[in-house]
Amino acid sequence: MKRVKGFALMAGLALLVAACGGSSTSSEPASSEKPAGWLESVGAGEGALNLIIWEGYAERGAVDPAYDWVTGFEAETGCKVNTTSMTDSANGVQLLQSGEYDGGSFSGDASVRLMKAGDVAPVNVGLLANYANVFSGLKDKAHNSMDGMPYGVPHGRGANVLMWNTAAVTTAPTSWDPVWEGGAAYKGKISVYDSSIYIADAAIHLMATKPELGIKDPYQLNDEQFAAAIALLEAQRDNGAVYWGTAADQITSFASGDLVVGTTWQYQANMLAAEPAIKVDTTLPAEGSTGWSDTWMMATKAAHPNCMYLWMDHMMSAEANAQATVWFGEAPTSEAACAAAEALSPGHCEQFHATDEAYFDNVWYWSTPQADCADDDAATMCKDQDAWVEAWTTLRGN
Amino acid sequence: MSIPEGPRANLSQQRSLTRRVTSWFNAHPRATLRSLLAGPLGWIGLVYLGSLLILLLHAFWAKDSFTGKVEPFNWTLDAFIQIASNPVYSTIALRTIGIALLVTITDVLLALPIAYYMARIASPRKRGLLMVAVTMPLWASYLVKVYAWRTILQGNGFLGWALSPLGIEGPGLSEISNAWIVLSYLWLPYMILPIYAGLERIPNSLLEASADLGGRAGMTFRRVIFPQLIPALAAGSIFTFSLSLGDYIVPDLVADAKFIGNVIYDNSALGNFPVAAAFSILPVVVMIGYLLVTRRLGAFDSL
Repeated sequence: MKRVKGFALMAGLALLVAACGGSSTSSEPASSEKPAGWLESVGAGEGALNLIIWEGYAERGAVDPAYDWVTGFEAETGCKVNTTSMTDSANGVQLLQSGEYDGGSFSGDASVRLMKAGDVAPVNVGLLANYANVFSGLKDKAHNSMDGMPYGVPHGRGANVLMWNTAAVTTAPTSWDPVWEGGAAYKGKISVYDSSIYIADAAIHLMATKPELGIKDPYQLNDEQFAAAIALLEAQRDNGAVYWGTAADQITSFASGDLVVGTTWQYQANMLAAEPAIKVDTTLPAEGSTGWSDTWMMATKAAHPNCMYLWMDHMMSAEANAQATVWFGEAPTSEAACAAAEALSPGHCEQFHATDEAYFDNVWYWSTPQADCADDDAATMCKDQDAWVEAWTTLRGN
Repeated sequence: MSIPEGPRANLSQQRSLTRRVTSWFNAHPRATLRSLLAGPLGWIGLVYLGSLLILLLHAFWAKDSFTGKVEPFNWTLDAFIQIASNPVYSTIALRTIGIALLVTITDVLLALPIAYYMARIASPRKRGLLMVAVTMPLWASYLVKVYAWRTILQGNGFLGWALSPLGIEGPGLSEISNAWIVLSYLWLPYMILPIYAGLERIPNSLLEASADLGGRAGMTFRRVIFPQLIPALAAGSIFTFSLSLGDYIVPDLVADAKFIGNVIYDNSALGNFPVAAAFSILPVVVMIGYLLVTRRLGAFDSL
């Protein structure tokens, strides 16, 4: 019986798997010139809204009737919501560029590209009543604003944390050491995220252990820094690391006791809390970590801009934001949402450090590696996205 | 008077038009055939081959590293240069082809006795039951079966438990041999069914003639049955080989290994479409070669 339940759980998980990144917002309303897609007022809804989402970001109660923040929005605004789930950030970028969509929820590794390419419009946040309630730590960040203008509103954020099985790792770790240099003690039992973006996790560890490399941003690495990160990853691989591609993949490995320590999203730890046989704990290690902060953005060529503004405001409302962030397992974006989340999942905001800016100061939100190092210094050269992907293939393929 | 005339005149005009069209088609039977086939052939040509062509073109196009946008008609061989200059890609290709061949051989060895029993020994009732047993796994979702295998293979899983009295540990989920076992399991029905069909087609009289001439079981199998089974074996192997060659979920979930499909997926997911497209040409070429060989063996006669 228990096994059957476990399976249903896993199937549910498989549906929920998604990545993330991206983030928050805000700034003063714009100047007098009107950028493309700028709205001066929000009129009546156009009757439809086409969104690109991370799976689980627009629930209409199909899985659990208690989690439905779409039906009410449709009834209230008359905007019929159609969603397409992106498989990852690059897929989201392509979908938006197709011109069929009004907007979507984008992570940092997609949102910056979209802003720079002009595919998304700056948002007149003065028109959004709920924007004022959003935590200021989520506004005017590199991944959700450009030239001082907000290009979207925050959905939620989270960190990739260190998870361990308390029976196998008896002293609670405070750093990432157990998955790197200290990994010899857990040979073959280390769980690692199978994506090139994980190279940044190695870089974050190097920022603490090898300051002489001079890493300032774990996503922008020069040749020497990159080589050091890859060397660290190769040692980890040769120590018998096991790679997870989906949340369900990692959950089953931890539930069986095969793997005992590794990098995870809080989501998996929550799911494992329901497993009686094992006990896991998580921490944000002292070095800091990678993470995500997702942003609702509007396409410059949106066919239904009023509906999109109504949706953005809706997703910042206490009730909708609480439901959405509890559902996915991430930090809500406002005090009011935290209060509403308390009713759904007691202690939610504390668990996900929603108001803990010091916690998120230690989190490097997912971002795109760029050849120009994403800075103004023309002399510096960094490994770009393609180099990261190829290095990951080389690391994993041999 | 004049009111009914209008519609009637229209009707007869329409009739004569229909008649003219049908009589034209009647006089041109080739045109009839062509227009009937235009729909399905257009589908294959435009939608099916067209998308393959676009995939092929992507391999020769440049892309913007930051936005990930492919630049159509900006010709370059960068993707092929990247693949040729890094030995990891050929390692992955050889690993994938090797496992696909191993899976095919394994399935032939497993399927032959089962299919033979079904086709020539089992009573009709048993044959029906076996047929259900062989095809039953096809009713379950592919992913469910892969996850079931995970629970069997993982360190503290069923296999580890069953082997523990012998002092043997479970394989864990990062052994390449897991991919071989699970793929062999998944595609076995696709090998059994063509072999079964091939065996059923061999007339009993041939076997009797062989026995009359003093052929024992082994000799009859080698000299009479096996040669006639080659087309069926080739047909079955097309399934097992091509399905294994293209799989990327099994290696990821049970073996933690990278196959050709994983590299294509990783590159397309992270926006390097030209490399994904260039690498996807490899399995296409391998399969074309494989199909040419199996065609010579008569595989398409028994599909």
